[in-house]
Amino acid sequence: MPVAHEGRVPVISTILLAQGHDLLAQGPDWIKFDVAAFLGQFWSDTIDGLTYGAIYALVAMGYTMVYGVLQLINFAHSEVFIVGAYAVFFTLSALGFGTSAPNLSTAALVGDLVLAMLVAMLVSGLVAVLLERVAYRPLRRRNAPRLAFLITAIGASFAIQYAIFAWRGPNPEPAIIMFRPEPVFDIGGVIITSQQLVIFVAAIVLMIVTDQFVNRTRLGRGLRAVAQDPDTATLMGVNKERVIVLTFLIGGILAGAAALFYMMRVPAGAQFNGGFILGIKAFAAAVLGGIGNIRGALLGGLLLGVIGNYGATLFGNGQWIDVVAFVVLVAILMIRPTGILGESLGRARV
Amino acid sequence: MARARRIATIASAAALAVVLAGCAANSGSSGDTGSGGPSKVDVPEVTTLPVPPNAVKPAGNGQAQCAPTTTIAFAGAQSGANAQLGINILNGAQLAVNQHNEANPNCQVQLKKFDTEGDPGKAPGIVTQLVSEPATIGALGLPFSGESKATGGIFEQAGLVHLTPSATNPSLTQNGWTTFFRALGNDSVQGPAAAKFITGTLGAKKVCVIQDDSDYGIGLATTTNEALGAVSADCQDKVTTGQKDFSTVANKVIAAKPDAVFFAGYYAEGAPLDQQLVTKGFTGAFVGPDGVKDDKFIQQAGDASNNAFFTCPCVPGELLPEFADAYKGVSGGGAPGTYSLEGYDSATILLAGIDSGITDRAGLLNWVKNYDADGFSKHFKWDGTGELAATTVYGYKVQAGKIVYVGTIG
Repeated sequence: MPVAHEGRVPVISTILLAQGHDLLAQGPDWIKFDVAAFLGQFWSDTIDGLTYGAIYALVAMGYTMVYGVLQLINFAHSEVFIVGAYAVFFTLSALGFGTSAPNLSTAALVGDLVLAMLVAMLVSGLVAVLLERVAYRPLRRRNAPRLAFLITAIGASFAIQYAIFAWRGPNPEPAIIMFRPEPVFDIGGVIITSQQLVIFVAAIVLMIVTDQFVNRTRLGRGLRAVAQDPDTATLMGVNKERVIVLTFLIGGILAGAAALFYMMRVPAGAQFNGGFILGIKAFAAAVLGGIGNIRGALLGGLLLGVIGNYGATLFGNGQWIDVVAFVVLVAILMIRPTGILGESLGRARV
Repeated sequence: MARARRIATIASAAALAVVLAGCAANSGSSGDTGSGGPSKVDVPEVTTLPVPPNAVKPAGNGQAQCAPTTTIAFAGAQSGANAQLGINILNGAQLAVNQHNEANPNCQVQLKKFDTEGDPGKAPGIVTQLVSEPATIGALGLPFSGESKATGGIFEQAGLVHLTPSATNPSLTQNGWTTFFRALGNDSVQGPAAAKFITGTLGAKKVCVIQDDSDYGIGLATTTNEALGAVSADCQDKVTTGQKDFSTVANKVIAAKPDAVFFAGYYAEGAPLDQQLVTKGFTGAFVGPDGVKDDKFIQQAGDASNNAFFTCPCVPGELLPEFADAYKGVSGGGAPGTYSLEGYDSATILLAGIDSGITDRAGLLNWVKNYDADGFSKHFKWDGTGELAATTVYGYKVQAGKIVYVGTIG
């Protein structure tokens, strides 16, 4: 957002002029419906939407869990995510990955990718915990009003962004190509590639694991108890501070995993402000599903992914993705103000 | 007990998923993912550029005489994120001034540098300062269209002639400014040239045109589409600045099976777009304008960039050995960059005017207005608005991870 044009080729520099596509200014044909393309691309758009939506959902988990426990919208979560993308970049660079797909056996490739994912999870998790420690805990100690947390979150987001900017400059890091996607399934001409399958399956599994962790383990029960009623939970012997750290840690870990999948799709994705738009979309996904609700984040992410793609194809161009996604978000919130599945991390049923 | 079992179940499920995912990554048959596109057209690299025999050299005849205070100024980005282009131009201009002063002991022209950071907000103040110095009788810049738009009026008021070696927005010459001269073709020249290159040299029968949401991208897409006509009528798409996921655009392109894609925009979106197109199985050519022609494009698109061609009103100055060698002496070893040669030629035009005995702004403005001679990059003769009478667009392609020149394209 702040420096959308950093790192551009300055050559023509109309970039320095105000930009914007004034849809209304394009006359009466500013909107059209391309039904044929919509039907023709329906399945490929769906599959891509689900793949990207799974990444949204993983990031949305971080927003939703922190909100569930602290009623805090952690706007710096997008930077927790992008730090993970840098971790993926540096790990895979060190392992010899570069701008073309490496020649590796399946086992070696899986090993490298799992290692990169673990490093990213670790780094993002640490950054999230550090963020909580440095930015939010002092405020909590002083019983700061909720607005102070929100402003701090936005400030922390900028602070991390520009720390990365100062360190790595405005341009994205060079591409890291992990593997050439191969078609795995071909269902009546609809091709599902290995890349799409990997991202979707792994993301869903991670989210199920998290859901089960929250619902079925002792730590998860503590987490739900704090979400429901922090004071009573403390009286019952739950260590509230530990639960909060745990919440940030889980959110960070999932964001780190999301970073690996994101880099699979966008190989040059590590850029100082590269998490911003994705963060907004993930936050929207969390709200769509019902903020505070883990399963809602999953549902919201997937829905936001496919709806944007349908809209872009139906209305004829890619500039519609976010417009359509957010119009649908508003429409759903008008009918169900707490999101599709409701805000329910704190409730026993989750 | 029960809890331990559950955790074990979850852990093994996770492990299974990762392994399964990994297997999928490599197990697919190496089939064609299904795409359009013809067999690749081979456009050979061109490694030489004819040296114009009559090009005006900054050295002149060595007999020039002028006041020791005679100054020309350069205004443009020398710092900030977008500085490289300004530095390329400045080095070219500095080289011209150095060569001139070396050959003409009785005429030592000074080159004053003003840093605008490429920012249309900062440029007016800096240009106001530039024009307020009476010894300055000619100027080079500004490199970018936005800052040029913001400062053209100040030059006009001061009656100070200025040549931009790189700003290409067509509207810059439609403001009634009499002091503004453009030393290269504008964007309405580049679009038709790109269209000719795509359908002619690359032999494309069907083209998809994708534009971003900048004035630059919209303008270029319009002129390119006009020239392409029916060839691109059925396949159009638009993207936004900062977009990273181009699935729907790629799906549309794959379904349309074009021979080439023209992207009107900058490399920040062009690189991931090309990468995602190729990943989806697109085998045609990816053509971009000068906003995409940058090594960063290759870095960010990875090996997918091998299908890329560029159009640019910029001359490959690095192919003129004499110029390239001399340039390294000024730049500290770096090869000439985009628009270095245009900067060199522009400075030479002003210096030639000074050598002819001109001592004031009005005289130099008149000199440029009536100029009609060859430079190293092209022939310089302007029409009444400050556009060159004849302009050339040059073609480039990616070859083995480098941008190489493939000849003029119109």
